[in-house]
Amino acid sequence: MSEAKRNFLEGARAEAPILIGVFPFGLIYGALAVNSGLSTTAAQLMSSIVFAGSAQFITAQLFSESAPALVMILTIAVVNLRHMLYSASLAPYLKDLPMSWKTLLSYLLTDEAYAPSILHYEKEGLPRFKHWFLFGAGISLWLNWQVSTAIGVFLGASIPENLSLDFALPLTFIAMIVPVMKKFPVVAAALSAGITALLAYSLPYKLGLILAALAGIVVGTFLEGRAAAKGAQ
Amino acid sequence: MTNIWVVMVFGGLITFGMRFSLIYLFGRFEIPDTLRRALHYVPPAVFSAIIFPEIFLSGGVVNLSPANPRLLAGLLAILTAWVSRNTLVTILVGMAALFFFQWVQ
Repeated sequence: MSEAKRNFLEGARAEAPILIGVFPFGLIYGALAVNSGLSTTAAQLMSSIVFAGSAQFITAQLFSESAPALVMILTIAVVNLRHMLYSASLAPYLKDLPMSWKTLLSYLLTDEAYAPSILHYEKEGLPRFKHWFLFGAGISLWLNWQVSTAIGVFLGASIPENLSLDFALPLTFIAMIVPVMKKFPVVAAALSAGITALLAYSLPYKLGLILAALAGIVVGTFLEGRAAAKGAQ
Repeated sequence: MTNIWVVMVFGGLITFGMRFSLIYLFGRFEIPDTLRRALHYVPPAVFSAIIFPEIFLSGGVVNLSPANPRLLAGLLAILTAWVSRNTLVTILVGMAALFFFQWVQ
């Protein structure tokens, strides 16, 4: 088997359990979108044009409240700000790729493709063909998202809201992130981000999310720097 | 009536632009060490910021009571993730726990 294919399959395999958490999320999005008054075409195509779960949910909701287009566009921008952090964090691993690969992988760069890929790269370093791992994870998520949206759009109102299927998504993030809680600065970063997210939850446009992420990053970086300074003495 | 297609096209372009931004810019300027170190904290920080409100809030307020099924199921999932280190097992245990705690109430 070629090295590229091996990396691709490894990425797809790492993504597989996450797909189980994302699938119900796609169903709920599809159903919510058509119930919000979007045409089936718009509901379906949003999943490939915007391709960002939580932003799509909020857009569908704002659409049903007849929000102005500019408000909806700005909301998508703020809700997706965290992708700049993902972009920065993956950039060193993708720096030598041709522009076509960078473009394709950027399009596929969601929360759920980022999580297993960055954990893999931080462990494995920079082997060749490593971009195939992200591609394998990203494309399987993309396919899963299109199919689950389509089924959700098709089933529409018949999906009961009180099934709590949406909880599967935070569970996949728990599964990804808990096992890396090994060093004190990482745990402190996670706790500060989480607590800030609770305190800042009522801020509009999910601004609390980005504020919380920055708080966690600052705390982790500061504590690591302090530990390194102590170690050097 | 809002034109949803305008929203989708601009929203999509902005989203792609943010995903592409630093992957594109990397190597065009020197990155300070502190920033490089900071990027390691992106995954734990962002994902905790997503997870915490999902398990600690109900109806927009912090709910630490054992009557909050998401809290109990979330804590059980955290424990499962720590012990099993397996994504599938964590999701299944978490969902089963949520259904159970909701049913008990």
